Amino acid sequence: MSERQPIYLDYSATTPVDPRVAEKMIPFITEHFGNPASRSHPFGWTAEKAVEIAREEVAKLVGADPREIVWTSGATESNNLAIKGAANFYAATKGKHILTIATEHKAVIDTVRELERVGFTATYLQPEPNGLVDLAKFKAAIQPDTVLASVMLVNNEIGVIQDIEALGNICRENNVVFHVDAAQATGKVAINLEKLPVDLMSFSAHKTYGPKGVGALYVRRKPRIRIEAQMHGGGHERGMRSGTLATHQIVGMGEAFRIAREEMEFENARIRKLRDKLLHGLQTIEETYVNGDLEHRIPHNLNISFNYVEGESLIMAVKDIAVSSGSACTSASLEPSYVLRALGRNDELAHSSIRFSIGRFTTEADVDYTIELMKSKIGKLRELSPLWEMFKDGIDLSKVQWAAH
Amino acid sequence: MAYSDKVLDHYENPRNVGSLDKNDPNVGTGMVGAPACGDVMKLMIKVNDSGIIEDAKFKTYGCGSAIASSSLVTEWLKGKTIDEAYAIKNSAIAEELALPPVKIHCSVLAEDAIKAAVADIKAKQLAKETA
Repeated sequence: MSERQPIYLDYSATTPVDPRVAEKMIPFITEHFGNPASRSHPFGWTAEKAVEIAREEVAKLVGADPREIVWTSGATESNNLAIKGAANFYAATKGKHILTIATEHKAVIDTVRELERVGFTATYLQPEPNGLVDLAKFKAAIQPDTVLASVMLVNNEIGVIQDIEALGNICRENNVVFHVDAAQATGKVAINLEKLPVDLMSFSAHKTYGPKGVGALYVRRKPRIRIEAQMHGGGHERGMRSGTLATHQIVGMGEAFRIAREEMEFENARIRKLRDKLLHGLQTIEETYVNGDLEHRIPHNLNISFNYVEGESLIMAVKDIAVSSGSACTSASLEPSYVLRALGRNDELAHSSIRFSIGRFTTEADVDYTIELMKSKIGKLRELSPLWEMFKDGIDLSKVQWAAH
Repeated sequence: MAYSDKVLDHYENPRNVGSLDKNDPNVGTGMVGAPACGDVMKLMIKVNDSGIIEDAKFKTYGCGSAIASSSLVTEWLKGKTIDEAYAIKNSAIAEELALPPVKIHCSVLAEDAIKAAVADIKAKQLAKETA
C-alpha cells in the first residue's frame, strides 16, 4: 500500500497541465518569443495573434466578447483588480459599502478587508447551513450606499454553486456592481455572460488544466463597467492592467479553455459517476456528514466529515491519497476551516473534514482504492477513539463536562 | 509536519489499545482533554493488591503525537507502583518521543491522564477502606 504514489484527489487545489496544452505553449517560450506589444515586426505580430486567439477561446467558454477579457496573473489578481478597481471607481457616486459572503475565497475576503482599512464598510453575509446564499437575506443586506457585491460561482472547499443569475438580478435592481469569482467554475458549470447579469468575473487557468500564473478578468462592455487600474505602466490591456503579456501562459490558458468548452459535457458526466461512487462508498461508513448542498454542487467535489476522528490523525492516516483537510495541521492552534464554521459545523466536525476533488485523470480504480483506504483507516482510528466508544455506549457527548485545557 | 520514528511507530502500531472494566474496584480511569480542543485521552490502569500496575489500556482522540504519548505511557506504567506512576513527568514523554515544541501539550495531557487515573484508583481504595 505504501509503495504506491499517492493518488491525486486535490484537483480543486490545482490541476496538472493537460499535455495538449503544454504542447501548444512550448513554441511560445522558445521560437515565438516576441513581445505581443511589439507592433513593428513579425515577432510581435505572431505573439499578438496567439494572444488574441487565446482571448477568443476564453471569451467563447463563458459567452463573452473577446474585448471584455483582461489578462492577469491569476484569479487572486483578478479578484483584487475587480473589487478594488470597481469599488474605488464608483465610491464617489454610489457609496463605500461592499457586500460579500463569509465563505468566499481569501482573495476576496482579504481584498474587502483591505478596503475596510482604507475607509470602506463591509458585510460578510453568512450562507445557509447548506452553503447557499439566501436571496432574501442577500437583498436585505444591500444598503443605499452599497457599491459592489462579490459572490463566488463555485465554492472552493465545498463545491456548491450559487444562484448567480438571481443574485445578479438583485444587484441590477439596486444599481450595485456585481463581481463573481469563477476560478473554480470554468469547465465545470456552463457560464453564459451574454445572459448572466454579472459585471465582473474572475478566471484562473490552473484550475482548468492550464498553467499556473495566468488568469483573466471579464469586464462588461454593455453596460460598460469601469475599473481603476491597480498595476500601472505601459497601458496594456486597455489601460486596465499594465505589464508585458506572458504569451506562453496565455496561449496555455486559451487552449485549456478551448478543451474545456469542447469536452466539459462528456467529462462532467464521467466525473459525476466517479464522485457518486465515492460518495456511496464513503456513506457506508457510519457517522459521516457531507458538507454543503449535494444538489447545487459541481460533480468534482466531495467534502465530508468523519465524526469522532481527529483531523490531524486522519490526515496522517490517508497519506496514500493527496487530499486537502479543513484543519491546519502544522500549527499548535488548530484552526478549523472558516468555510465549514460558517455553515454552522461544530469544531470537531469541521476538524475531521476531508475535501476530495476529482478531475480529468481520476480513474475508477483510484476511487475504489480511496473507499477501501478510508474504510480501513477510519475504522482503525475509531477503535482508538474514546469518543467513538462513548457514542456507541449512547452517551451524549455534548452533555459531558469536559476538562478544557 | 515531520514526525519522529517513535511517534510514527506508536501511531502505526499503538500498544495496549482498549478498555478495562471501569466498575472493577482495582481499575482506575483517567479521562482528560476536550473534543473541542482536539484531544481526549482515556487511560485505565489495573492495580493489584500490592499496589503494582498490572495492566494499562488507552483510547485517544487526537493527533499522532497524542496517540503516541498515550500509547507510550501504557508501556511505561506496567510493573510500576502507583506512586512511581504518579511521578512520571511530561518532559520524559516528550523527550522519549522527540516531540516538537508545538506538540508538548500532548505529553502534558498524557501526564494529566496518569494523574487522573491514579487519583481515581486512590479514591476507590479510600472508599473501600471506609466502607
